[in-house]
Amino acid sequence: MKTHDIKHHLSKKLLMAYSAGQLEEGFALAIATHISMCDQCRAELESLDAMGGAIIENLEPNEIGSDAFLKTLALIDQTPEQAPERPKQKSLPEPLADYVGCDLDDIDWRPIGMGVKQKILVNSEKVSARLLYIPAGTAVPEHSHKGRELTLVLKGAFKDEFDYFGPGDVEFADGHTHHTPVASDDEDCICLAVTDAPLKFNKLIHKIAQPFLKI
Amino acid sequence: MLLETKIRAANHSIMPRVCGIDSGNVENTKTVSLKNKNINVWAELIRKVEINKDVSAFEEIFSHFAPRVKAFLMKSGADPQMAEECTQEVLATVWRKAHLFDPSRASASTWIFTIARNKKIDAIRKQNRPEPEQLYPEQDYEPDQEAVVELQQETERLVTALGELPEKQRVLVEKAYLGELSHSEIAEITGLPLGTIKSRIRLALEKLRHAMM
Repeated sequence: MKTHDIKHHLSKKLLMAYSAGQLEEGFALAIATHISMCDQCRAELESLDAMGGAIIENLEPNEIGSDAFLKTLALIDQTPEQAPERPKQKSLPEPLADYVGCDLDDIDWRPIGMGVKQKILVNSEKVSARLLYIPAGTAVPEHSHKGRELTLVLKGAFKDEFDYFGPGDVEFADGHTHHTPVASDDEDCICLAVTDAPLKFNKLIHKIAQPFLKI
Repeated sequence: MLLETKIRAANHSIMPRVCGIDSGNVENTKTVSLKNKNINVWAELIRKVEINKDVSAFEEIFSHFAPRVKAFLMKSGADPQMAEECTQEVLATVWRKAHLFDPSRASASTWIFTIARNKKIDAIRKQNRPEPEQLYPEQDYEPDQEAVVELQQETERLVTALGELPEKQRVLVEKAYLGELSHSEIAEITGLPLGTIKSRIRLALEKLRHAMM
């Protein structure tokens, strides 16, 4: 899966944290999904991986058990060979498809008000990741962020006060951003939203509903 | 031969495959001719593992990388026994996934680092690691040999450049990759001596995508 004309990419900081294996699962999912759609960020990531390779190369070697090689051969023998296999075309990039478990058309969406629907994918104490379905022309309720939020557009587009985001584009917001994303008028928008703290909605009704909706 | 004796002693069923190659199973042996064998030695050994199931090539890879992978895992917080076991699993993965190694995009140490890092997340941090979609080239796709040599040379330069960084910065980069820095601290790292690696990988990706069309 590849999307052309991606304008909003991942920051080097996020890519480096992902390369170093330091990102929480929810954010790592968004990074892996974007890279599946974007060669520019894939090249950036793989160059940062080269840094990890150089570090391993420079490390003082540690002594290895005398039977380690034979044990490794035994491990190889135990597990069947993995044949190179090209996965069939899916409606979602592979890392995301693994979490969603079905096609985009078959998702069991949960309505969260005003036509907006969600599907929670990762819900750990620190980070949650969900798919959001926003009908064309609909605004996601005005909210601010306590922590970081990464939004990756999969289908359609949205715009906020600052910019326009199409398929493959990433928006990264920190604790100070107040914004009102609106799905573009011509198509329903599906995006992956990752937050490291619950979203805080600015209207009372949403504050009351929040614990039930897990948003 | 020492290796064969060892394997016989272990009564290992990998043997028939090795013998098959020894007895002249040449038709699926692609020859890799590279301009600079010194720089490409690891990439070529992985290739031998992939195509010929060459156990002695694998042993060379093992003796160089297993002690470094173990050091990486121990610095990342594994106890010696866990590090030892995980190292064996990482190297077993090198054998099993040799067909996914693309020397026009990564050096052997880079590729093995990514396997070790994922093992660390999985076994030490007990977290899932979502990975980008694999790029599966066409059956007859061969990475451009000149690009391979350039990428490997560039990586070699990176290893040297990393060693020559000012002490403070080098320690910071190492800490980031060994899991001792938070996100915000990672932000402070600039001026990485990455040279032209990124643009070379980008070119390799373009060729690869082209081959897939």
